[in-house]
Amino acid sequence: MARTIQSLERAAAMLRLLAGGERRLGLSDIASSLDLAKGTAHGILRTLQQEGFVEQDATSGRYQLGAELLRLGNSYLDVHELRARALVWTDDLARSTGESAYLGVLHQQGVLIVHHVFRPDDSRQVLEVGAMQPLHSTALGKVLSAYDPVAHSEAVESAREAFTAQTLTDLEDFEAVLDLTRARGWAADVEETWEGVASVAAPIHDRRRMPVGAVGITGAVERVRRDGELRPEIVAAVRDCARAVSRDLGAQRF
Amino acid sequence: MSDTHTTGPFIAAIDQGTTSSRCIVFDRDGRIVSVDQKEHEQIFPKPGWVEHDATEIWANVQQVVAGAIEKAGITSADVKAIGITNQRETTLLWDKHTGEPVHNAIVWQDTRTDALCRELGRNVGQDRFRRETGLPLASYFAGPKIRWLLDNVEGLRERAEAGDILFGTMDSWVIWNLTGGVNGGKHVTDVTNASRTMLMNLRTLQWEPKILSSMGIPAEVLPEIRSSAEVYGETTSGVLAGVPVASALGDQQAALFGQTCFASGEAKSTYGTGTFMLMNTGSEPVNSYNGLLTTVGYRIGNETPVYALEGSIAVTGSLVQWMRDQMGLINSAAEIETLASTVEDNGGAYFVPAFSGLFAPYWRSDARGVIAGLTRYVTKAHIARAVLEATAWQTREITDAMTKDSGVELTALKVDGGMTSNNLLMQTISDFLDAPVVRPMVAETTCLGAAYAAGLAVGFWSGTDELRANWRRAAEWTPRMDAATRDREYKSWLKAVERTMGWIEDEE
Repeated sequence: MARTIQSLERAAAMLRLLAGGERRLGLSDIASSLDLAKGTAHGILRTLQQEGFVEQDATSGRYQLGAELLRLGNSYLDVHELRARALVWTDDLARSTGESAYLGVLHQQGVLIVHHVFRPDDSRQVLEVGAMQPLHSTALGKVLSAYDPVAHSEAVESAREAFTAQTLTDLEDFEAVLDLTRARGWAADVEETWEGVASVAAPIHDRRRMPVGAVGITGAVERVRRDGELRPEIVAAVRDCARAVSRDLGAQRF
Repeated sequence: MSDTHTTGPFIAAIDQGTTSSRCIVFDRDGRIVSVDQKEHEQIFPKPGWVEHDATEIWANVQQVVAGAIEKAGITSADVKAIGITNQRETTLLWDKHTGEPVHNAIVWQDTRTDALCRELGRNVGQDRFRRETGLPLASYFAGPKIRWLLDNVEGLRERAEAGDILFGTMDSWVIWNLTGGVNGGKHVTDVTNASRTMLMNLRTLQWEPKILSSMGIPAEVLPEIRSSAEVYGETTSGVLAGVPVASALGDQQAALFGQTCFASGEAKSTYGTGTFMLMNTGSEPVNSYNGLLTTVGYRIGNETPVYALEGSIAVTGSLVQWMRDQMGLINSAAEIETLASTVEDNGGAYFVPAFSGLFAPYWRSDARGVIAGLTRYVTKAHIARAVLEATAWQTREITDAMTKDSGVELTALKVDGGMTSNNLLMQTISDFLDAPVVRPMVAETTCLGAAYAAGLAVGFWSGTDELRANWRRAAEWTPRMDAATRDREYKSWLKAVERTMGWIEDEE
């Protein structure tokens, strides 16, 4: 058998000990029943507490299982919940940028559009909720691929079809773009999926810093760019929106 | 969500609602600059009784105004006007000399005046005052609540007749306090709030002496009825001292205004715990023969008043909450869409949530909820779908009633409220109405309506055309259901509705 990590085994034993019925245990009880030095036991308990797996009763100082354990088994964020939380912020994003706003999540091998706000110019537009977009060429897809390891492996294994002359199909180029996305916190698509169309997107995190989706805007390339550069106020608005939705989901400021 | 690219001047709107008071600052484009909100206590002295502490509410209003102004990083000099919107019908009497409420405010949902309303109906029944007021005798409206207070608070009637007591709905209470309170506060209300008292004649827009004497209410307590958009007075203290108070609209009328339903035939529906639909019927009040209410939509200054038909659905968002809290079929309200989307249709199941009887257009208090059409095939997902369809069918029933009463066919429905984030519901409503459903970009249409009215009153906006130009479509759902399916489903729904009736056999 491969080498195991002792502190993880000890942590697991502590959780089992605390799971034995509805009870709270003090530090010395835990340390003695697992045959550990108090200092060692305390270090492990404090780590578990930080992760939310263990909670300490404020008055007695005793330990019990944390709420995070319950959430582990039921952890995915409902996409309709995500839309409800994002509604106000994506409206404002569309308003401030003058472009249409989209909210996307990973679904199978692509980006599923779960929310769409029309471009505020009174033109005839069709709701695109339920549509799929490719992972490797769109801004939403790049953000998901950069932050969500499942999306990353889907994008890496996919054929990465060339939709335009601009589409990055080479794996090395693609990985470089993902590195850049992680470094600056947002992604762009300038005519890589549709001719004449550009988009900007940023990641949404939940309260455990897990990437749960991406939000962005899409518009005509001549409006989204100025002098050959993406307009910084658009990038700022997209990132503000992503941060606001993340905060609403309970993510810490970052 | 204060934004660096938003520059003044601004309009502040106060929304004194049923569960909380809010203040939102808007810019010229109708975009939200800042929001502050504070909840107040719901007081339940007995089953069916609901009260609010008006002193707490006034303190909260001052706090949220200060909070919103601070968050926006602006001063009173940047604010051109304050608009008020409020929970409707909630009734307060206070002492004119001390500013102290004589009793908690009686909230619109409170049913203590049920028996009194039956008594007031005498041999005519609940439509006794309908021709003058557009309303049936029901416990919601303010008039009977005033009467209850005069009858039940010791010595109050004498004080009221001596002219020491003031009545107001929450708009009046907030405006009186903002404009100075005991030191010359303006005792006014607007036509929309007055139209919910059952004491105002819809055509003259004045208090109706005949009804006042039938209900035993001294005219001395009543505020002056003003338009919805004019300067009532100036704020005398607080962070907005010196700023004109320039609009008042009941919350549903404010949403109609915020949705810019300025033309006859335009309608909005607000989907929350319950649902309220209002249709602009133009300059004439339309009598309803289909169980709707006739009400004032708004009046801008000296312009002709605009009337509306109103239909409400008692149980919409609260049915989803019931599925979550009582049935435990979902963990969050948003999950109803996830569950409902796992199936293609309702599997033959229909859910009529007549939890406390059927409201518009039936008005049957002997009805109770049913789930009809159950077979072994039906799953919880089908029930979830039936839950959403219930809201959509009830919307259809109210629009049908509006079409019958007004003769105007609905061309599109403007929606707002929390449930508009439910895509499946919005699509289903569009399918069942066979009309487009449109969501505007600013979800806070109630506050926006109050801000718009206040801005018009002080010339911040030039007119309703400019406001219309401000309106932005955020989403639109168009009908996808074929007529045959729609008709067949509607028939099944109506059969299910029939099965709810007569469940309660002895009303007493």
